[in-house]
Amino acid sequence: MEKATFRIWRGAGEQGSFTDYVSEASEGMVVLDVVHQIQAEQAPDLACRWNCKAGKCGSCSAEINGKPRLMCMTRLDQLDLTQKVTVEPMRSFPLVRDLVTDVSWNYRVKKAIKPFKPRKPDAPDGSWRMQQSDVDRVQEFRKCIECFLCQDVCHVLREHHKHPEFAGPRHFVYTAALEMHPLDTENRLGQLKDEGGLGYCNITKCCTKVCPEHITITDNAIIPLKERVVDEFYDPLTRLFRIFKPRKAE
Amino acid sequence: MTNCIEHEHDVLVIGAGGAGLRAAIEASAAGVSVGMVCKSLLGKAHTVMAEGGMAAAMGNVDDRDNWKVHYADTMRGGQYLNNWRMVELHAKQAPDRVRELESWGAVFDRTKDGRILQRNFGGHRYPRLAHVGDRTGLEMIRTLQDHGIHQGIEVFMEMTIVELLMEGGRVAGAIGYDRERGRFRIWKAKSIIMATGGIGRAFRISSNSWEYTGDGQALAYRAGAELMDMEFVQFHPTGMVWPPSVRGILVTEGVRGEGGRLLNKNGERFMFNDVPELYKKQTAKDIEEGWRYVTGDKNANRPPELLTRDHVARCINREVKAGRGSPHGGVYLDIAWIKEKMPNAEAHIQKKLPSMYHQFKQLANVDITKEPMEVGPTTHYVMGGIRVDGDTQMSSVPGLFAAGEAAAGLHGANRLGGNSLSDLVVFGKIAGEYAAKFAKSNGAVKPNPQQIEDAQQRALAPFDRGASGENPYAIQRDLQDMMQDLVGIVRVESEMAKALEVLKTLNARAAKAGIDSHREYNPGWHTCIDLPNLLLVSEAITRSALDRKESRGAQFRDDFPEKKAECGTFNIVTWRGADGSMQLRREPMQAMRDDLQAVVKEMG
Repeated sequence: MEKATFRIWRGAGEQGSFTDYVSEASEGMVVLDVVHQIQAEQAPDLACRWNCKAGKCGSCSAEINGKPRLMCMTRLDQLDLTQKVTVEPMRSFPLVRDLVTDVSWNYRVKKAIKPFKPRKPDAPDGSWRMQQSDVDRVQEFRKCIECFLCQDVCHVLREHHKHPEFAGPRHFVYTAALEMHPLDTENRLGQLKDEGGLGYCNITKCCTKVCPEHITITDNAIIPLKERVVDEFYDPLTRLFRIFKPRKAE
Repeated sequence: MTNCIEHEHDVLVIGAGGAGLRAAIEASAAGVSVGMVCKSLLGKAHTVMAEGGMAAAMGNVDDRDNWKVHYADTMRGGQYLNNWRMVELHAKQAPDRVRELESWGAVFDRTKDGRILQRNFGGHRYPRLAHVGDRTGLEMIRTLQDHGIHQGIEVFMEMTIVELLMEGGRVAGAIGYDRERGRFRIWKAKSIIMATGGIGRAFRISSNSWEYTGDGQALAYRAGAELMDMEFVQFHPTGMVWPPSVRGILVTEGVRGEGGRLLNKNGERFMFNDVPELYKKQTAKDIEEGWRYVTGDKNANRPPELLTRDHVARCINREVKAGRGSPHGGVYLDIAWIKEKMPNAEAHIQKKLPSMYHQFKQLANVDITKEPMEVGPTTHYVMGGIRVDGDTQMSSVPGLFAAGEAAAGLHGANRLGGNSLSDLVVFGKIAGEYAAKFAKSNGAVKPNPQQIEDAQQRALAPFDRGASGENPYAIQRDLQDMMQDLVGIVRVESEMAKALEVLKTLNARAAKAGIDSHREYNPGWHTCIDLPNLLLVSEAITRSALDRKESRGAQFRDDFPEKKAECGTFNIVTWRGADGSMQLRREPMQAMRDDLQAVVKEMG
């Protein structure tokens, strides 16, 4: 059986350092398997979040050799095992312990975004009619598994710590799913501009690159939202037009 | 009690998957205060893994469908051991629950005329599963979560309940700890809803996450509730088998719903060789008819791959045992073949089964649009659980309710695919409604301080034993191996008797499990606390399976391979006796209401 060395971050809060563990590496194994093996045999208190082990729940986010990834979907045969493999927690969030970070901020941001508000049902049984082609885009956004890897990699959060004033890619995708939902009647553009800090995003597409669900976050969600915000608040023609026409309720 | 953080609610929901969220939303809407505790982060519960869809007789794709057909299908699938009142409520209310999800923002796949699309699934006579590709569970939990966070529910994430608090025969609350710091907390409540899911981690090969340790069943049992039908554990026919580290991960039945065929190593479509009598009339005679069915021909019958899960799992098991399996001990599941039948098959497969496509590509280097998958049975679901009243979801303990997988009744001896997601929202809603009613009509009770003290001591005992105690992970692994080998898909008396012996040893070892160091996010400690729950449900499964001396639904007894009419008249119930040992009885079933009997007859 092949062996490999894993440098895993151990510690709580501000304190911590890497500890090396030698573990076996057999065919088909993923990084999460290694973490489980180390828990069972060497470090029973090694903290890590996981649930589905199939890339569907978005719990086991970490940075593997410096790249934000899901541990359950990172196969060892994609890594260079002749070198030590580093596994560390997401660096954009406060550390709880070892590989577990405090992501509660994301839940607070989401709660502040105006919820779904559908138009009146189209049919007497309370149902609606929507064409598949009209929901394709929204379904892409709704694939999000809330792993928060896009939040982790985004430099506005990671380098500039704009946490209170910048909602981050996950929540732009969430807002885009609501704004582009064929049934929704709410308007979140002012909220996006003012509370969400959409303008901070300078479309470097780092979020898109790390998304394990392959959502085209920047092109399909963020840029169209930026266009809508510009149309709503900065377009001179629209502003002129608005003098004569009352604005859509916010 | 001085060292505990205290919370107080009218209704406490334990578990935040589909059932827990739906229950919390309903209770909150009834105007009572609601707390919801979950072991993981919100939105990560096992519901997220559900793939194929949510069964509801809306008749959007085939207008011959209605609640009566769904009722008859569910009863037949459950081999008539189901609680028929629950089956009736489920069949009647599921369509409204689907439409309600849409009104809360869910975006289901659409029909050509813009309605909710429905797909074929095993045991359902007509296309009945509302779905979103193969990630329906994610759509459901996210919809409930995003709606639920605005309903005034207080959510406690990453906290584990260790005991229900009782006073005067009623629930008074629960004690648990937060995983982050390991601090004890007390939730006082007038009524409690168990929505904790299943027991899949009792087996080695499982599609279930670490959370599925039978907590709800065990907590309720210790509080005096009864468990029912625990012998019926569903082994899903198609889990991944290779590579070893992904063994057990689910491959959705949707693959077969879209036309996937099961082949042995000789390329034989073996499911055609064994169609049970109960389903002969509804099954395709040849490959052509099966294909016509999956492509929507209303006059065709379903291919045998879409027979119920218990049957398909056993057929796969038989092929492998007979030496006709694939190289890694499974059989082949092939969806790529549909390119013989339709243009753009590759794009179609990627659109209809996107997460399966990625799962195999990333974890097994298999392109399912070109090659067959290797699959084999995996522990997936427990039909049994907390015994509840069909109308209210209340257990035999006043104020204690259960919904979803944690509760027994709806699925009988075998669950149909797609009936689980609808189960969650139909009975989550009902449990929420009645738990709120109970809380309104019954005053607060004070938890007993002595019980709180004892519960804390028990929970901290692994630290007293320290590193010299038994390794909890090793005990868990040994339990999983034992249950897989001795109480798995094919059961026999001698092996199960041995299982009971091994359980005694494992219980003794669990009592000595130890962990050193700290209480902060310490998975070794958490495993110590999960163990008694896993051991308890394992015992209930084994004792119930021993007592059912027949093969029916998910239970296959090698020593009693036939179904027996006299065994179709009772459910097996287990509970804790006065001396603490597990008691068991055969509970006679209530006769089905006349009008429902007529429905079964009418639907053939």
